[in-house]
Amino acid sequence: MLSHFFHSWIHDPLVSMFGVGGLVVWLVLCILAIAVPVILSVALYVWWERKVLGWMHVRMGPNSVGPAGLAQTFADVFKLLLKEYFMPQSASKFLFVVAPLIALVPAFAAWAVVPFDDKVVLADVNAGLLYLLAMTSLGVYGIILAGWSSNSKYAMLGAMRSAAQVVSYEIAMGMALVGVLICAGSLNLSDIVRAQGGHYGLFSWFWLPLLPLFVIYFISGVAETNRAPFDVAEGESEIVAGFHVEYSGAPFAVFFLTEYANMILISFLASVLFLGGWLSPFHGAGWGFLSADGWWWLFAKAFGFAFFYLWFRAAFPRYRYDQIMRLGWKVFVPITIVWVLVAGCLVYFNIVGPGKV
Amino acid sequence: MQEIKNYTINFGPQHPAAHGVLRLVLELDGEVIQRADPHVGLLHRGTEKLAESKPFNQSIGYMDRLDYVSMMCNEHAYVRAIETLLGIDAPVRAQYIRTMFDEITRILNHLMWIGSNALDLGAMAVFLYAFREREELMDCYEAVSGARMHATYYRPGGVYRDLPDRMPKYKESRWHKGRDLAQRNEWREGSMLDYLDAFTRDFPGKVDEYETLLTDNRIWKQRTVGIGVVPPEQALAWGMTGPMLRGSGIEWDLRKKQPYAMYHKMDFDIPVGVQGDCYDRYLVRVEEMRQSNRIIAQCVEWLKKNPGEVIARNFKVAPPKREEMKDDMEALIHHFKLFSEGYSVPAGETYAAVEAPKGEFGCYLISDGANKPFRCKLRAPGFAHLSSMDAIVRGHMLPDVVAMIGTYDVVFGEIDR
Repeated sequence: MLSHFFHSWIHDPLVSMFGVGGLVVWLVLCILAIAVPVILSVALYVWWERKVLGWMHVRMGPNSVGPAGLAQTFADVFKLLLKEYFMPQSASKFLFVVAPLIALVPAFAAWAVVPFDDKVVLADVNAGLLYLLAMTSLGVYGIILAGWSSNSKYAMLGAMRSAAQVVSYEIAMGMALVGVLICAGSLNLSDIVRAQGGHYGLFSWFWLPLLPLFVIYFISGVAETNRAPFDVAEGESEIVAGFHVEYSGAPFAVFFLTEYANMILISFLASVLFLGGWLSPFHGAGWGFLSADGWWWLFAKAFGFAFFYLWFRAAFPRYRYDQIMRLGWKVFVPITIVWVLVAGCLVYFNIVGPGKV
Repeated sequence: MQEIKNYTINFGPQHPAAHGVLRLVLELDGEVIQRADPHVGLLHRGTEKLAESKPFNQSIGYMDRLDYVSMMCNEHAYVRAIETLLGIDAPVRAQYIRTMFDEITRILNHLMWIGSNALDLGAMAVFLYAFREREELMDCYEAVSGARMHATYYRPGGVYRDLPDRMPKYKESRWHKGRDLAQRNEWREGSMLDYLDAFTRDFPGKVDEYETLLTDNRIWKQRTVGIGVVPPEQALAWGMTGPMLRGSGIEWDLRKKQPYAMYHKMDFDIPVGVQGDCYDRYLVRVEEMRQSNRIIAQCVEWLKKNPGEVIARNFKVAPPKREEMKDDMEALIHHFKLFSEGYSVPAGETYAAVEAPKGEFGCYLISDGANKPFRCKLRAPGFAHLSSMDAIVRGHMLPDVVAMIGTYDVVFGEIDR
């Protein structure tokens, strides 16, 4: 409905008037329509994180700038942007500047295939899942380059840890996704959501048959984004700030933005892949607006996952780097491999599958 | 062939886990420690030398600044050394007050330790929970001495003044008003002893809260069990004391072995560890908090029933009351002499030690009969502990060094003196 409206009122006139140029303008508008809300939600998410952590820590969190401290993040961003941009003398200059961008671009590019509602997606490509895997893996290059190019020992340690960690958890994550695509029979994210639209509402979603994969996917997502308790890449008390220890001002803000954009992305993906995306949990029950599908369900689910990120951070101590590796390789990878086989059997015997539930 | 070299990093003094100004030169092979070389002295203020140029009483304040999270215990050792040389005793009530404040100090110190150790290992919440309770005890310091940290409350011959009969209350603010404010001031309606009474009832529940977050936490256990194991005979050889020694299973506590103040009248237990790793030392310290709480409760009970003098009426050492000074010539003279020249201590030497929260804090005092010490040597537990750093962390990983620094409970005020 929404997409039809925009298509007929913006896309069609643009293309008919300006031809190819109009198409480019349309695409830029579409990208902005995703990127700007993502940036804004990062700002709000940072505020929400500080509030939640504050409440969990018996303190108040930001409460002075703006109503309930809402403008605090914006104040911080402006402070960072106005700060001096400092570069270590012996840094590899080009890579030092480029690294934050290499981290940032995939974090935003991945959003292109996320379906917000039925047919509301920038690029409804059939290889969506592959594209996602590619994009989330590219982000680690920014971290490695940042750590290496700063020519600092702490940053180097952070980069090494991060590289090893992200690469290992990529495997567990990828295997979890294989389970999803076996059950959905498609790599297209919209089709994956539609495959979960059975008659039993939330019990038709993939979290139930793929419960271990679901848990592993989200934990790997936390590890992938270098968040507590897997935040060894920037472990404050060990290697100070890890890979971005030498960054200040705007480039630091970019790393910050990347990290939070990735967290929100993982929250959305977990909802899309395992919790039925925009589908209502009471889908097919006929309870009026409660059973109506829509983007608000997706956003509510993603908000839940985003909250878990903060809860983990408030509650858990930090893993040691080799313990993270052990968890990834010796626990998660074997479980995912086994469960991929289980998922295959479930589909083969027609227990789960597109249109089955 | 390419030569492979170890990676040398400077851990501190500007490091979030350096606990002040520890500079640790680490040689790493990957992330495995090959050598750890602690460099001390960045916070050296020459306390021992300064004490030689001042009348005895004027150095009490310096003792607070040694181990600045267990202030009154340091004072206690110094004051006890002077008392031994002078051959005087503090009144019983003063001894009880000292016992109580030593234990308050132990809780203060262990709260700081549990918070910073957990923060070093990445658990942020415990730190803020611990500081919530720390604030309550800091208020006791403030109520009794006017200073939240550097109290200078103990004196040779007793303590500076009696416990206050009312606690300061929170004022209304934008954030705390109405019922919230009344709840915050609930304990503060009566005297300081009533306040401490309420605290001792409440505190075990708070310790349970920290334990819920840490004791059975898998990650916490993975980070501490089997890390930094100190065998008992090694612990003795390194001169370890306090929880570092008890964590290795040796039951050694000056409060039981050489009781001072009123510890011989107190009913409490000494927790000891089994493995001697970071986790055991964690459990020992947590249990010590509970035991300290027991001791405080016993002191509060006695102090409520037995009012009396808190400083010896020996005007050659302790000044007479200010009111007496107003119309008594002799009191005025005593006052003048004590606050200008001080008192002279008979020639001799002594060693007095207390069980400070971190271990045995001792003061070796030599007097040549003058009004200032000839030599004042301070035995800081942290200094002896830190010397074992290299041997313990060798072969561990970088994050374990952080866990180890946390479990040493280092404070550089006492190590560098």
